[in-house]
Amino acid sequence: MSTTTVQKSATADQAPAPAAPGRTRRRGERSLLGTLTSHGILTVASLIALFPIAWLVFLSLGPDKDDYLHPERIWSKMTFDNYSFVLQETNFFDWLKSSLVVSLGTTVIGVLIAATTGYAVSRMRFPGYKKFMWVLLVTQMFPVAVLMVPMYQILSELQLIDTYLGLILVYCSTAVPYCAWLMKGYFDTIPFEIDEAGRVDGLSPFGTFLRLILPLARPGLAVAAFYSFITAFGEVAFATTFLLDDEKYTFAVGLQSFVSEHDAQRNLMAATAVLIAIPVSAFFYLVQKNLVTGLTAGGTKG
Amino acid sequence: MTVAIDRATGKRLGDRGPWPGPVQRLRRSYQKYWYAYAMIAPVVLVLGVLVLYPLAYGFYLTLTDANSLNTARTIGVNEIEATYKFIGFDNYADILWGETAYDRFWSHFIWTIVWTAACVALHYTIGLGLALLLNQKLRGRTFYRLILVLPWAVPTFVTVFGWRFMLADGGILNSGLEALHLPTPQWLEDTFWQRFAAIMVNTWCGVPFMMVSLLGGLQSIDSTLYEAAEMDGANAWQRFRYVTLPGLRSVSSTVVLLGVIWTFNQFAVIFLLFGNTAPDAQILVTWAYYLGFGQQPRDFAQSAAYGILLLAILIVFTSFYRRWLNRNEQQLAI
Repeated sequence: MSTTTVQKSATADQAPAPAAPGRTRRRGERSLLGTLTSHGILTVASLIALFPIAWLVFLSLGPDKDDYLHPERIWSKMTFDNYSFVLQETNFFDWLKSSLVVSLGTTVIGVLIAATTGYAVSRMRFPGYKKFMWVLLVTQMFPVAVLMVPMYQILSELQLIDTYLGLILVYCSTAVPYCAWLMKGYFDTIPFEIDEAGRVDGLSPFGTFLRLILPLARPGLAVAAFYSFITAFGEVAFATTFLLDDEKYTFAVGLQSFVSEHDAQRNLMAATAVLIAIPVSAFFYLVQKNLVTGLTAGGTKG
Repeated sequence: MTVAIDRATGKRLGDRGPWPGPVQRLRRSYQKYWYAYAMIAPVVLVLGVLVLYPLAYGFYLTLTDANSLNTARTIGVNEIEATYKFIGFDNYADILWGETAYDRFWSHFIWTIVWTAACVALHYTIGLGLALLLNQKLRGRTFYRLILVLPWAVPTFVTVFGWRFMLADGGILNSGLEALHLPTPQWLEDTFWQRFAAIMVNTWCGVPFMMVSLLGGLQSIDSTLYEAAEMDGANAWQRFRYVTLPGLRSVSSTVVLLGVIWTFNQFAVIFLLFGNTAPDAQILVTWAYYLGFGQQPRDFAQSAAYGILLLAILIVFTSFYRRWLNRNEQQLAI
């Protein structure tokens, strides 16, 4: 990729040259200085964005837990031992299972429950509509602290502390309203004429939704699903508090367990971090374009 | 029944002629809207059980002196009954103007405001700057974009640990600063630098979202507006000020609101960066967590009271924000 950058400055070199003195630049043309500055700033920003992660990858190759203090020594003894240790000797796969169970559970429940609601608030106006939208908005901004104490009490009474189901229920409290919002946004972009056509042809509102709108809304559902997945996967506070058994930890909790008061296995932690980050970010890149449209251009005119 | 037609003809409640009696009204409203209510029923049910009930219960707990020593709990086979008692609004009074209220609440409150304002301002300006750069015809911009999104793509709980390695004593950041003969602050020990580090890490995590959303906003601005502005002799700054910024208004108001809410509630960054070691760098959310779960005995009542206060702050802020937007004839895109 660096080659393109070089080429760019080369072509930019020639571009403004033929411009006779006094001639104004054409639209969209920039001076060489402008182009170079843009590239300069973007390169620096990219380095800043990349560095902490690259550093994590680099440290994960050092075999000793204090290698992060002497990074220069890692070059000479680079090894994948940390990775094989993490995969073989730690609870990595248990954590993977917990993370997947909890995140997928939240995603499925969230999307299933929220789909019809998203459609209803996108298409219909009913008494209480504004209040309902307000409730949906407010539940999204609940700080963790609001629900944590009562949830902890309720779940201990139901003996759901330290179970996947308990955690899924907690996550649904935010995932469901959020999915409803996201899907409303997507349903809004589907023309009303389609509904009208379906209604004229004799479908009930449920039929319109199931047969016409739902198939069209697949990308919207995917975004909502993906968003709930990512949120549940990366949630720290509830998982840290509600999971007690180290075989049931999700990654967000498991990763913390490498650093305790007595011992810090930073090399293993770095390796685990990299192992988690690779699939998640790959997944993220696949869907990120849809995600952004879903998150912002979404709802329009509440 | 109600569907699209309702919107297409622009019928609203008010256009319906004389107001029928209450029973009839109920029946008609049922006939007219039952589809809608059936469709939102699942969410209403879930919200009622998972949000409303815990919220009410949590509010009740704030009116008691519940902590981990007097709530119902099971130790082995013994079940111990709850013995906490009702104390009214004492918790709130104690938090807001009790003894040492400044150290416990107001100092964290001020820091939370500073934290939110600083982070969102940085997210927005840096995000906008990068979005403007990426919106040009530039070779390799897809590549830049992919790299710049990275902090968002990797889960926060992973990247924060990366930062912790860098900020640690003798970590790469201080080694680098030392090599340049610059001062090497105690990032994870000294209060001021803890706060500085927290804002830095959160800015790093939050910029990509702003950048990508604003880039989407920039791309949706009609390019003929720029042509027209140029024909009228507007220079680059004027085009930015009078075409770009107004064009971004609806995206901006949405992402700023989201940014404020997310930053105000940001738990992972501060919790994972410092754990329990930095009482002065805790924002209200993490501080409430510390009260309820990070100490022994766990003070459930106060923690829940903090939660309710936080929610109140956010609701007040959002209402004012919405009203302010409405006054400027803008709509929120969420």
